[in-house]
Amino acid sequence: MENLLVLPIVIPLVTAGFCLLASRRIRLQRSLSLFGMVALTIATLALFDAVRSEGILVIQAGAWPAPYGITLVADRLSAMMLLLSAIAGLAVTAYAGWSVGERRERFHFYPLLHVLLLGISGSFLTGDLFNLYVCFEVMLMASFVLLCLGGERAQLEGGVKYVILNLISSAIFLTATGLLYGAVGTLNMADLSVRIAQYENREVINSLAMLFLVAFGLKAALFPFAFWLPASYHTPPFAVSAIFAGLLTKVGVYALLRVFTMLFVGDPDFTHTVIGILAAASMVFGALAALSQKDIRRVFAFQIMSTVGFMALGIALGTPLAIAAVVFYLAQDVILKCNLFMLGGVADKLRGSGNLDKLGGFWKTKPFFSILFLISLLTLAGVPPLPGFWPKLALLRSTIETGEGVLVAAVVLAAFLTLFSSIRIWSGGIWRDAPPPDLEPTDLAEREKDARWMMVPAAGLSGLLLAYALAAGPVFDYAEAAADQLLNPQVYVQAVLGEGN
Amino acid sequence: MARWPEMESVILSRATRLMMPVLIVFSVFLLLRGHNAPGGGFVGGLIASTAFALLAISDSVDVARQTLRIEPRRVMGFGLLVALSAGLIGLLSGGSFFEGVWPGIKLPVIGKLGTPMLFDIGVFFVVVGFTLTVVFTLLTEED
Repeated sequence: MENLLVLPIVIPLVTAGFCLLASRRIRLQRSLSLFGMVALTIATLALFDAVRSEGILVIQAGAWPAPYGITLVADRLSAMMLLLSAIAGLAVTAYAGWSVGERRERFHFYPLLHVLLLGISGSFLTGDLFNLYVCFEVMLMASFVLLCLGGERAQLEGGVKYVILNLISSAIFLTATGLLYGAVGTLNMADLSVRIAQYENREVINSLAMLFLVAFGLKAALFPFAFWLPASYHTPPFAVSAIFAGLLTKVGVYALLRVFTMLFVGDPDFTHTVIGILAAASMVFGALAALSQKDIRRVFAFQIMSTVGFMALGIALGTPLAIAAVVFYLAQDVILKCNLFMLGGVADKLRGSGNLDKLGGFWKTKPFFSILFLISLLTLAGVPPLPGFWPKLALLRSTIETGEGVLVAAVVLAAFLTLFSSIRIWSGGIWRDAPPPDLEPTDLAEREKDARWMMVPAAGLSGLLLAYALAAGPVFDYAEAAADQLLNPQVYVQAVLGEGN
Repeated sequence: MARWPEMESVILSRATRLMMPVLIVFSVFLLLRGHNAPGGGFVGGLIASTAFALLAISDSVDVARQTLRIEPRRVMGFGLLVALSAGLIGLLSGGSFFEGVWPGIKLPVIGKLGTPMLFDIGVFFVVVGFTLTVVFTLLTEED
């Protein structure tokens, strides 16, 4: 059963290898990719089921025992994130064939996509900080190339900002990792959880916590480290934006969640207060900035920043309910953000532009597409019974319980601004009447055909969002159990280091 | 294609012909001694790719591609699969993922055979494929 842990790493690697062997045969690469993603989804589903029924699974790669070897661990949070990333990967692979364009696909789009998933899966599975760094790098290398694939001017401009800020974040991450190793002499997260608690010099640990906060905050797009995101996410093909939006920032949030529930919990008055302030600023600023944007992808990019703020707030509060809300938030947000960008891509395909001024007129001509968009926008706004509502409600409740008036105000304000921004996209981009697009009839027919296929994965993800709405109870139970595992790291420590620790 | 008139040099071209076999043999030597001594798949792969990079510079990218015969990106894919198979052998033979398997065969020059060597061979091909993809792309002028 433990060997299932290897599959989320092996499957993308094998698929990437075969896609490289297939070289210039694009159709073969598409089929291989789709096959690989289906296999990954099945494998992660099996892993998800195993973790749910058997608890935390651990494997020591190379049979070198922890804390010396490379440990792969899956608890409920990891298993859920793995499954979600496989689903997002599958949707984007099905989407890419109709939207990326053959010229870009030739430049190793599919191998890179699988390497990206390899890095993401690795980040969720690894049990030590150094390998988390390595997996981040694998993921970032692939993302650098995917972002610039095609080499348009805007892409390179966005790419430069993205690369530089992410390299700074990696440098800080690596420095912090080295310093932490120097201080406590281990990087295995289970071992760290024990040793940091015993370490006496609180100033050292707090400084390290802040370094990790900056490093992961940059990846997660937390205010004020988030400005690379809206500067770059609107430039690559929509398929690339969709997978980035769905997964990359969530890996940062996952790392924050892991580190600030298991490792740096000794002085929450300091560390978690800082996170809380950044989170509140992120929520409000992101939602506010989204209102000022015209490009549909820039609107969503600022919304990501706001959402990350919500999740970071839950981490800052640190109560069981708040952490469960973060897990639920992650569960729906991966699917939601991926879907929003994919639907934006369909709109862009049909109109030849993603600018809100040029969109519109879909409600009468494309009712099915409009309804798909409506589901996602209502989820983003947090309208019950769609899944965006429950985590927001739980977060609001846990914020009220702390009695911090400012944070409560920030949550309510950000939620209203998000609702307003969703209405703005709906009325401006979908609902209002608009003249037909200024495109050649033959070109338009071609675009309509592509758009129909692009809607298939988007419809799948929208269906999943509706399924969340129906199964909100079980999902919340799962999130609560995951939060329980995160807040009681003894179980994790015992699973990794063996009994007697 | 990328034939640089200002850099055309008979000396470099002749020397490359002589150096190539030496470099390739040396790269294999580094690859094989890498388990216990300085060397290994990464360094070996870099040396092997310099052989082809030299040819691309002294003659042309087309000549280097023809000499390599296989597309560099395929070499990369092959290497990835070989390296991964080393991990899977450990798993399938009942051990852990990437656990070393030593069948107990000793060869005179090479030494003990085992999956770590297989992994190194995979790394060797990934490095060759990657480096040559980069070098060939940079040396090819876009039309």
